[in-house]
Amino acid sequence: MALPAFETVPAPPMVRIRSVRKCFGSVEVLKGISLDVPVGGVVCVVGPSGSGKSTLLRCVNRLETVDSGRIWVDGDLIGYAERGERLHHLRPAQLCAQRQDIGMVFQRFHLFPHRTALENVMEGPVVVKGVPRDVARKRAMELLERVDLAGRAGHYPAQLSGGQQQRVAIARSLAMDPKLMLFDEPTSALDPELVQEVLAVMRDLAASGMTMMVVTHEMGFAREVGDNLVFIDGGVIVEQGNPRDVLANPRHERFRAFLGQVL
Amino acid sequence: MTGAPGATRNSEAAGEPHLPIDAVRPPRPGRWIAAAVALFAMVWLLYTIIVNENLHWDVIVEYLTDGRILGGLWVTIQLTVLSMVIGLALGILAAVMQLSGSPVLRGASALYTWFFRGTPLLVQLIFWFNIGLVFPSFGIGVPFDGPKLVEWQANELITPFTAALLGLAINEGAYMAEIVRAGIRSVDPGQREAAEALGMTHRQVLRRVVLPQAMRVIIPPTGNQFISMLKTTSMVSVIAGAELLTVSQRIYLGNFEVIAMLIVASIWYIVLTTIASVGQHFIERRFERGHDALRTKVRRNLRPFGKGSV
Repeated sequence: MALPAFETVPAPPMVRIRSVRKCFGSVEVLKGISLDVPVGGVVCVVGPSGSGKSTLLRCVNRLETVDSGRIWVDGDLIGYAERGERLHHLRPAQLCAQRQDIGMVFQRFHLFPHRTALENVMEGPVVVKGVPRDVARKRAMELLERVDLAGRAGHYPAQLSGGQQQRVAIARSLAMDPKLMLFDEPTSALDPELVQEVLAVMRDLAASGMTMMVVTHEMGFAREVGDNLVFIDGGVIVEQGNPRDVLANPRHERFRAFLGQVL
Repeated sequence: MTGAPGATRNSEAAGEPHLPIDAVRPPRPGRWIAAAVALFAMVWLLYTIIVNENLHWDVIVEYLTDGRILGGLWVTIQLTVLSMVIGLALGILAAVMQLSGSPVLRGASALYTWFFRGTPLLVQLIFWFNIGLVFPSFGIGVPFDGPKLVEWQANELITPFTAALLGLAINEGAYMAEIVRAGIRSVDPGQREAAEALGMTHRQVLRRVVLPQAMRVIIPPTGNQFISMLKTTSMVSVIAGAELLTVSQRIYLGNFEVIAMLIVASIWYIVLTTIASVGQHFIERRFERGHDALRTKVRRNLRPFGKGSV
């Protein structure tokens, strides 16, 4: 048995981001970002609005393309195939295959309004993976139960509160059995009293070992659940580290000023 | 709960008195007078029509169910339904092309709507009917005057019905393209992103997420187009399309009952448009699903809200 020798080698990260740059027109939103998210890790990305943190997240599942740099998820280069010296754009079907393994939760939920909560959760597996409807329905009910919404399965999104909609959106992403979950300010559009129910679901998810990248303003959540806190400002990572440490002793002036505003 | 006077209903706070509003409305004499004038005008108009002997009501009743009229009615329905279905398909195709990333596809779509919205339908109908003068034959084979596998003569292919169908459908497609485009653009871009994040292909996003939601915006004007099309088919009479107006004209050229035959046709047009309006109402309600929280029924008998609350 030669295998045990490899056990000391650290597992490759779930997400590896290297030197990512991105411009919108003449504005450079990301000015060279490198970041690793280990398997099962929870990275919380914070920063002022317009700092590029959402853009970074959207680059990971290629809702935005990067201008330069590389992003790997579970070892796969996102958006391109490396053949010899050159990169080749992936075909649309291959991009879709990459996205299947990456769940995304949006600030404004984006549930499908013409489908019930249950149908929203079933949609991905049935349409994308071709799972039989009865199998998908059973699994969707389990997921709704997990986010404590089994009693709302037949409701349309317009009949649910913001917090309930966001929990359905999380269940919809989980239905695809993703390796990685991206959260783009998941509680920013919610009334204050609804924030905790969504954070509770996310806390639960982190405890179950899901790899998560979370763009958020919830410092309490970052401190409690995050393994790594990343502060982005002006398109670069200004400070990062263990959330408890960096929140207790922020080193950079910009980070201190930011924390003064949000805490 | 104690049976206090002005009893509490549901979750009303106990002890609060019930204060009914039973107010007197201010008089509206102007409205009464206007209503009386309008009513009088309508009754007078109806009276003059009913007692008018020049209208030949007996002839109208006789021809309402005449075989030739019913045949024309059937052609009108066929022309309307077929040209709307083909028009809608062309419209969706043109709209999707219009929203595509390729400038060639966008240009082709723009050229199509520009040309067919820019020339009168009447001219287009006469043009299609006489297409044989420009292209005496149609064939499948090698393009640019190469050898042909199959070939048809235009005179055999272009009947009044096919010419009418071509003209109406292609013209309708140009208008439907704009309606469909507006509908697709009305869907929140976040919907597309959410669907793409699940790993859906472009076609799946369009078919499962974008089009069903665009339908809400597309259906009402399409209903108008359908109702309009029922009447527009009468233009086909210039190429003897054998639809309702053409057969009515043929009959009055024989029996000289011009007004009676036009009324027969009008009655059938009104019946058709009325049925279409009712149908439109039900289709619109189907696609409103999920968009009106209080009017949409929760599926499978689950109640949205607890009893007594709103």
